[in-house]
Amino acid sequence: MLEIKDLHVSYGAIKAVKGISFEVREGEIVTLIGANGAGKSTTLRTISGLEATAGGTITFMGQNINNMPPHKIVELGISHVPEGRRVFTNLSVIDNLKLGANLRKDKEAVKKDMKKVFELFPILEKRQNQLAGTLSGGEQQMLAVGRALMTKGKLMLLDEPSMGLAPMIVENIFEIIKEINNEGTTILLIEQNAYMALSIADRAYVLETGNIVLEGSASDLAENDEIKKAYLGA
Amino acid sequence: METFLQLLIYGLQLGSIYALIALGYTMVYGIIGLINFAHGDFLMVGAFVALFAVTLFGLGFVPALLISMIITGLLGVSIERIAYKPLRKRPRLSALITAIGVSIVLENFPRALPFIGPAPRPFPQMIPMVKFNVLGVSTNSVQLIMIALSVLLMVMLQIIVTKTQIGRKMRAVSLDKDAASLMGINVNSVISVTFFIGASLAAAGGIFYASTYPMIDVYMGIVLGLKAFIAAVLGGIGNIPGAMVGGIIMGIAEIFATSINSDLGYGIGFVILIFILLVRPAGIMGKFTIEKV
Repeated sequence: MLEIKDLHVSYGAIKAVKGISFEVREGEIVTLIGANGAGKSTTLRTISGLEATAGGTITFMGQNINNMPPHKIVELGISHVPEGRRVFTNLSVIDNLKLGANLRKDKEAVKKDMKKVFELFPILEKRQNQLAGTLSGGEQQMLAVGRALMTKGKLMLLDEPSMGLAPMIVENIFEIIKEINNEGTTILLIEQNAYMALSIADRAYVLETGNIVLEGSASDLAENDEIKKAYLGA
Repeated sequence: METFLQLLIYGLQLGSIYALIALGYTMVYGIIGLINFAHGDFLMVGAFVALFAVTLFGLGFVPALLISMIITGLLGVSIERIAYKPLRKRPRLSALITAIGVSIVLENFPRALPFIGPAPRPFPQMIPMVKFNVLGVSTNSVQLIMIALSVLLMVMLQIIVTKTQIGRKMRAVSLDKDAASLMGINVNSVISVTFFIGASLAAAGGIFYASTYPMIDVYMGIVLGLKAFIAAVLGGIGNIPGAMVGGIIMGIAEIFATSINSDLGYGIGFVILIFILLVRPAGIMGKFTIEKV
């Protein structure tokens, strides 16, 4: 579904991603794990068109999407929950969700999806007229996921959904990510919380300073000694 | 009391013009963080387009107003595309200096055109002037229609910004361009719409001003633009209701100060600006924000 080949990304003279290749197949949950500064967020931002590629190709459903403007990539079916949630704090919860659906013409389907988001996150329905800026961190993360769901992407990119959240809320969010995947959305997840990420993923890639150093099934990597030492605190 | 009401109505009229122009400053600042120093010149362009629409094509007030708003709006969009967009990811100062350059071009290019030229032109009376007296206060049809139209335009803008999808998009883009584009919003076209609205409101402001003080020239936008800019800062730059309130306060203050001394009227805006920067630098309705790294 998504195929990255020899991707390079630079910020000026700094090479953030140095020729990585990986793929995400339809229906999977794939995770990229790695420390701060490994190039995880940059990779996601480049897939979504927020950063320019300095080399390599990104292919989504057979189409090259290198350096396409971000709004076109959303239209093709990639939704992106950005790092730090980035909800529109100056808009109400419901307006945030409506913006997620701004490209969609079928009003009935949008209504249905809005109902589904409220089923996944009942708290958002209660708070629908509140400004998003008044929500707690966990609620904002739910809104960020809900908003991305409203774009109706076939592939969802999730950037550090656990960041800054209490453990109980993290578990809740990860359950919902699994549920979203069960309902047919393919997921590419990046996380510093490698334990949580490996527990729900099918396959994983380990990123270190712009290179992929390990890959395999999530269950194998969870048993890998190096991974245990570096990321799982064992 | 009668003098007070009399001055108040003049102040409201001038203030609503300032408000219309201030809105463009504040909207553009809100969406791309640029003080568009060429904005004052849009009102001059608007007045001239209306002048030609009336004198050359014999159009009435409403069609002349609409055509002028559309043409000036499109000019605003093209200027953003040509002059500001390439600098969007550069330091803010580059765009600011470019805006001053654009302003110089907008003032001096028409000045060199033979059919415009540097000399002031009389602006035609487009609305029949009917004077009347209410409770000892004299007013006229032009004045009342201008105030009513300004209010109408501001109400329309407020509805667009708060109730429609394009308004939601504008607010989203002004807060976070990356996140907005991840929603599938075409950020460039939202910025274009913002420039269109801002410039067309300035055109309306220019026409309303020229209908009251019926002499126009290519430099008319400088002082008016400056005062409207002060109004935008007064209300809180980036804040739409703030620009409206700031404009009205500026207009009323200026008229009252002029009634005491005409030089004072000219300078009062700057006194207000200094005062507001000392006491409440974010403006009346602005919020203090912390620059995030």
